[in-house]
Amino acid sequence: MLIKSSDDVRSSEITPREVYLDRRKFLAGIGLTAVAAAGLATKELFSPSAKANADDKIAGLQKSPFSTTEKITPVNDVTHYNNYYEFSTEKEEPAKLAKNFKTRPWSLTVDGAVPKKLKWDIDEVMKFASPEERIYRHRCVEGWSIVVPWIGFSLSEVIKRAQPLGKTKFVEFTSINDPGQMPGQRQRILDWPYTEGLRMDEAMHPLTLLCFGMYGENLANQDGAPLRLIVPWKYGFKSAKAIVKISFTDRQPNTTWNEANPHDFGFYSNVNPNVDRYHSQAHEHRLGEFLPRPTLMFNGYDQVAGMYSGMDLARNY
Amino acid sequence: MIRIVKVVVFMVCLVPLGVLAWRFFGAHPTDISTWGVGLGANPVEALEHGTGDWTLRFLLITLAITPLRKLLHVPALIKFRRMLGLFAFFYGCLHFTTYLWVDKFFNVHEILADIVKRKYITVGFTAFVLLVPLAVTSTAGWIRRLGGKRWQALHRLIYVSAIAGVIHYLWLVKADIHKPLEYGAILAALLAYRVVVWQRRSSAARSAAVPTLPRKIALQ
Repeated sequence: MLIKSSDDVRSSEITPREVYLDRRKFLAGIGLTAVAAAGLATKELFSPSAKANADDKIAGLQKSPFSTTEKITPVNDVTHYNNYYEFSTEKEEPAKLAKNFKTRPWSLTVDGAVPKKLKWDIDEVMKFASPEERIYRHRCVEGWSIVVPWIGFSLSEVIKRAQPLGKTKFVEFTSINDPGQMPGQRQRILDWPYTEGLRMDEAMHPLTLLCFGMYGENLANQDGAPLRLIVPWKYGFKSAKAIVKISFTDRQPNTTWNEANPHDFGFYSNVNPNVDRYHSQAHEHRLGEFLPRPTLMFNGYDQVAGMYSGMDLARNY
Repeated sequence: MIRIVKVVVFMVCLVPLGVLAWRFFGAHPTDISTWGVGLGANPVEALEHGTGDWTLRFLLITLAITPLRKLLHVPALIKFRRMLGLFAFFYGCLHFTTYLWVDKFFNVHEILADIVKRKYITVGFTAFVLLVPLAVTSTAGWIRRLGGKRWQALHRLIYVSAIAGVIHYLWLVKADIHKPLEYGAILAALLAYRVVVWQRRSSAARSAAVPTLPRKIALQ
């Protein structure tokens, strides 16, 4: 089904690096600070000048039939607008604070309901299958969305190798806990380490991506390098970043945002324009567009609907 | 002299709007396709947060006038209070307009649902609506028509509006409540000043009612 091709992201759809660097230079030039009237910081008025990720291209990318043909969001927006509370709650900060984050050596532990506990090196994991480019819509519960060419392969490739036992109903993902490298973790804004979870059928669904790259290159540190999850039909926070452990379990795992605010952030958190949680979710702002656009059920990934047939999605939000 | 200072203060109060506009229109204001680019990846959010922040800041600055003129013995500060309060209303209008226009694009159904169902929008909308009568009755004519006492009582609504504004911010953040708490702490200090003054005044009044107690001591 997959068409082999060595093509990268269509370069015509990406803002050239010079253009956005120019834009940043212009903003840096604004550096006036005569507005300290309120005595409260005005730092959010100014944008950073940080550069994006290192140039390490991923070779031999396969195209994916799951990819959308929608306009890809400029890489600079995806690397300078990040909800990554391990670094900061300000969206432009992770680009700066994650610059020296160490992604090697990195190992992925597999435990729980498996015949034997496993520990793989990240470079070993990345060779479990050939890398695919998947251009997915990505919808944040805050009401904005982006279109990103992620790189990785179906999470099922890893699950198959872990051989979970029959009683396994859920998969739990644990992100790295490293306050030394991650200044946001020195504050207990969330209960670190970040954990997320999926039901087994959701985790095995071919759309669910184990992701290690974007825009033809390795993942940017601020986007969850070296290894993250992408679950395109769920709100962005379900797609855990910087994963160090996958656990198989027969109990629904605790998830970080659900524990922080169970009323707004449910275990399923499927994109659903009809269920208002946290905000009205009926519309979204695609970055780069002026007008709001309607949000689609399951973020437009109708092929997942079958997994939830018979479930009351207003209750199981 | 005071007129020159007023003009200067007026211009300074427009600086936050100027910076937002400058960033919005960017380096090429004639090229519509570049609009908003200078505000980062999500210009809608940047406009909403920028105007909302300045509404709260101007509310706090307005509430700081009375304590500052008393504590620093600069009674002339009162001459700026109306202007600063109207700027709070001005930035509040920009904030509300951004929400109605850029965020919701006048989707009346969704806006009404928001105001009824989303408690942070309910309380924010309340904070804004409470400022409307204050802006309307900010003229000398209205002070005369209402009479000083009643006018003052009406304008105490700013306390409710500022508290509602801070709660609006507190309820809308997902997890990090540091910034709303900063606003809350400043507001609490400004309101505490008034509570102390009222308590002293009422105990002074009570003491004054007892002729045997020397007024001088009671005032200390």
